[in-house]
Amino acid sequence: MHATISASGSETKNGARNLRWRVVDIVVASVIGVAVGVVFWAWGVAWAPISAPIEALLPGLQAAPAAVWLIAGVLGGLIIRKPGAALYTELVAAIVSALIGSQWGGLLTIEAGLIQGLGAELVFALFLYRYWRFPVALLAGAAAGLGMAINDLVLWYAGAAPAFATIYTLSAVVGGALIAGGLSWLAMRGLARAGALGRFAAGRELQAV
Amino acid sequence: MSIATVRSDLPLATINPVAKVAATIPLSIGLVLTLDPVSAGVAILCELIVFTAVGLGPLLWSPRTLPVWIAAPLTGVSMVLYGQPSGTTYWQFGLIEVSEGSIAIGLATMARVIAIALPAVVLFLTIDPTDFADGLAQTLRLPARFVLGALAALRLVGSSIDDWRTLALARRARGVADLGFIRRSLGQAFALLVLAIRRGGTLATAMESRGFGAPVERTWARTATFGAREWRVIAVGCLVAAVSVSAAILTGSWNLVWA
Amino acid sequence: MAGGAIAASAPASIEARGWGWRHGGRRVHAVSGLDLRVEPGERVLLLGASGAGKSTLLHGLAGVLGGDDEGESLGELMVDGRPASAARGRSGLVLQDPDSQIVMARVGDDVAFGLENLGVPADEIWSRVGAALDAVGLAMPLDHSTAALSGGQRQRLALAGVLAMRPGLILLDEPTANLDPEGVYEVRDAVARVADETGATLVVIEHRVSVWLPIIDRVVVLGHGGVIADGRPDEVLVGHAAPLRAAGVWLPSDVPWHAHPSRARDIQPLMTAHRLDIARVPGVPVQRGIDLRVDSGSITAITGPNGAGKSTLALTMAGLLRPEGGRLDPGAPMAGARGNEPWRWRSRDLLTRIGTVFQHPEHQFLTGSVLAELEVGPRALKMSPAERSERIEPLLASLRLEALTAANPFTLSGGEKRRLSVATVLATRPRMLVLDEPTFGQDANTWRELARLIAGLRDEGVGVVAVTHDETFIDAVADSRFVLAVGGTAAMRDVPASDRSHGGGGSA
Repeated sequence: MHATISASGSETKNGARNLRWRVVDIVVASVIGVAVGVVFWAWGVAWAPISAPIEALLPGLQAAPAAVWLIAGVLGGLIIRKPGAALYTELVAAIVSALIGSQWGGLLTIEAGLIQGLGAELVFALFLYRYWRFPVALLAGAAAGLGMAINDLVLWYAGAAPAFATIYTLSAVVGGALIAGGLSWLAMRGLARAGALGRFAAGRELQAV
Repeated sequence: MSIATVRSDLPLATINPVAKVAATIPLSIGLVLTLDPVSAGVAILCELIVFTAVGLGPLLWSPRTLPVWIAAPLTGVSMVLYGQPSGTTYWQFGLIEVSEGSIAIGLATMARVIAIALPAVVLFLTIDPTDFADGLAQTLRLPARFVLGALAALRLVGSSIDDWRTLALARRARGVADLGFIRRSLGQAFALLVLAIRRGGTLATAMESRGFGAPVERTWARTATFGAREWRVIAVGCLVAAVSVSAAILTGSWNLVWA
Repeated sequence: MAGGAIAASAPASIEARGWGWRHGGRRVHAVSGLDLRVEPGERVLLLGASGAGKSTLLHGLAGVLGGDDEGESLGELMVDGRPASAARGRSGLVLQDPDSQIVMARVGDDVAFGLENLGVPADEIWSRVGAALDAVGLAMPLDHSTAALSGGQRQRLALAGVLAMRPGLILLDEPTANLDPEGVYEVRDAVARVADETGATLVVIEHRVSVWLPIIDRVVVLGHGGVIADGRPDEVLVGHAAPLRAAGVWLPSDVPWHAHPSRARDIQPLMTAHRLDIARVPGVPVQRGIDLRVDSGSITAITGPNGAGKSTLALTMAGLLRPEGGRLDPGAPMAGARGNEPWRWRSRDLLTRIGTVFQHPEHQFLTGSVLAELEVGPRALKMSPAERSERIEPLLASLRLEALTAANPFTLSGGEKRRLSVATVLATRPRMLVLDEPTFGQDANTWRELARLIAGLRDEGVGVVAVTHDETFIDAVADSRFVLAVGGTAAMRDVPASDRSHGGGGSA
């Protein structure tokens, strides 16, 4: 004896957007999160011994390159384009980092991912999950950066002087906008042109095959 | 060590990961609220004792915990240089102001990072991703589609690492590997993303063809338990938190962060 | 366990009536106007040119094409009288890529995945898992890591996962295209066993027909606009041989093509390995003490089982991997680069000396268009625009890429990608060419093209090293064969000249 499964009721009439997550949405969002989590770890292993001592001397600018970690959320949101995408993708990246062994410890790494993903998610939500142009991506990156700054300053740099805190926040926001927002948007367009996003709206808006 | 599976003979490996994460919560909250050397120091001591007693001592010094041991002093140095100044100023240069107060902040920060991060990192190294997924979906009842989708994506890490190495060799073969490291790395990362997303699409199709994502009540081949052992682990976590916080309050060193 | 351990569910029937599908975002239908009926228990081989819609049909039968938001369907596609999209547990699909179908980290968990999705009670799951693994011949502990499996084992694992669900319809989309010869027969035998034991209906897409001929009883050929041919294998394969050959199918009746012996003159050594030790990971040598010489105007095939270090050897001789020990001496035609160690040469210096074509063309693509891709090498050599186009124009023509100059390399078909990867390497006219599995996954047409191209290059004096499992390719073009064995022995053997006496440029 066996069981059969009927098709899920996610079909919609032509024209209406389908905001329910398909399996391919979940898996590709997870793949992006996992890829960023692993790359971030590998980059950390390669660069940290060199850059970390330098960064320790910087008055807060080190937040800018750390924005690489925020790419997961913004890129996930731009590609999947469904509610929760930015949050979920950033969370997956954080969990992968935690499992490999991040320096902030498992729980707080995941919590950081949650807040950063939430920043980007709020921006996409503000635009009603309809607008995915370059400025929106920049804003989402900036918001994720803001989340990262608040999280780090409250938890880890609690004793910092105001100047450090200000520079840290500004670096995080600008770095977030340019790196997490700008690079993610460019990556999304590149992926669409490379035909990797055929099952997503992001890919179809470019295709005219 | 890969993140794919964890040997089941590792101490604590078979404890429900949800319990292990939960065990770190009281300590994280307690230590985050304060910035003082006593709470952090006592916590570190307790952690070293507990982990060595359980048999996880070697993990404390493994390459995977190295990030903590490196990041903690560096964060401390950051605070020594840029922490809230108070007391005698020893050195000032631009925005840098090394003072009595900032040195104290720096030391406390370093201890705090170690105290919070160390147990979390060590415990996470005993977490098998499949068990973690089972715990999240069965114990915490998070949506199974998302949990299992993320777990499946982990399978592609090995292929992606192989891809990365081959991509690097190919760039050398194509004559572009002499200069422009950053540009090349970005290009490599992009190519990696293309390949990874493609694989993800295939994986999604394979999962769907095996019935994944359909509105049928799924069953579980592996059961996630949550029993006495899990509660014991959480209790130990609460205990360490309580001892550290009490020690700080009793010695008057407790220092609420935003006061 | 004895045969019959897999309890069977009734085999499924297939019916397509005017069925068509258009992927969202494309204007052209992938399939249209398809009428087909398959009886329960039949075993069908699906053939046709690429783009004829074979994969789309299989995905449709498996119910994984997506809903209305992903494309548009016409007509009806039924499995057992019910719409295919509504009957997912009734069919099982095995895809081409062994690495992208694994869901879980442990073998047992992976097979159990489908059962969990179907809501099978936990106590029943594990017995079905065991039976499925036995049926495909994977006798290993349930907690064996899935990452440690070979390609053939992975495909059998996917088959086991499908089998445990007890489908009435088994769908296989080029299941052996990415496997070495050993894996190909492993999988074919496992499918045969499974089909015999369960009696399920079988639909297979493959272009190496002779492998699957023993187990199928019907051949259906698809073209644009529906079924072109349908009937018993011997009828269809003979009666429609011409269009099938044009579509790139490997017909059992084909006469193998052989190149003439090398016409190159002035043979010189290009690269000589003296007691070379090779390693992928520094410090872990895979082979030791290799002595091998690559001459201009010759084709050397490197063969051996998986794990013997064939790719590692090729990449080391190409100057991409560092030798673990011994020496790699470049010959006179390679002079001019800094020093005598190819490993230390500048990346730019490799371009005119050694060209490397990787197993998967995608690893080599750097740019967003075919034209830019071809220009990468010449640009790195600082050629002027005039020189660049003088190099590139003939390549575009000879490798039939003229219509594709603006296309993104990642969007090309398999054969086009392979041609592009070879073209980019030839743009800088290297003296030595290293190819890693050049005929991997290629249909007959691209295969023939490549073989002719490589033989032609050899006549012009290029020294070719090809890592390959493909015996037909070795028989066709190789002058000598270098065999690696796992655990360290390596030996050079000549391909007997008598095999290549069938006159130049045969008609296959």
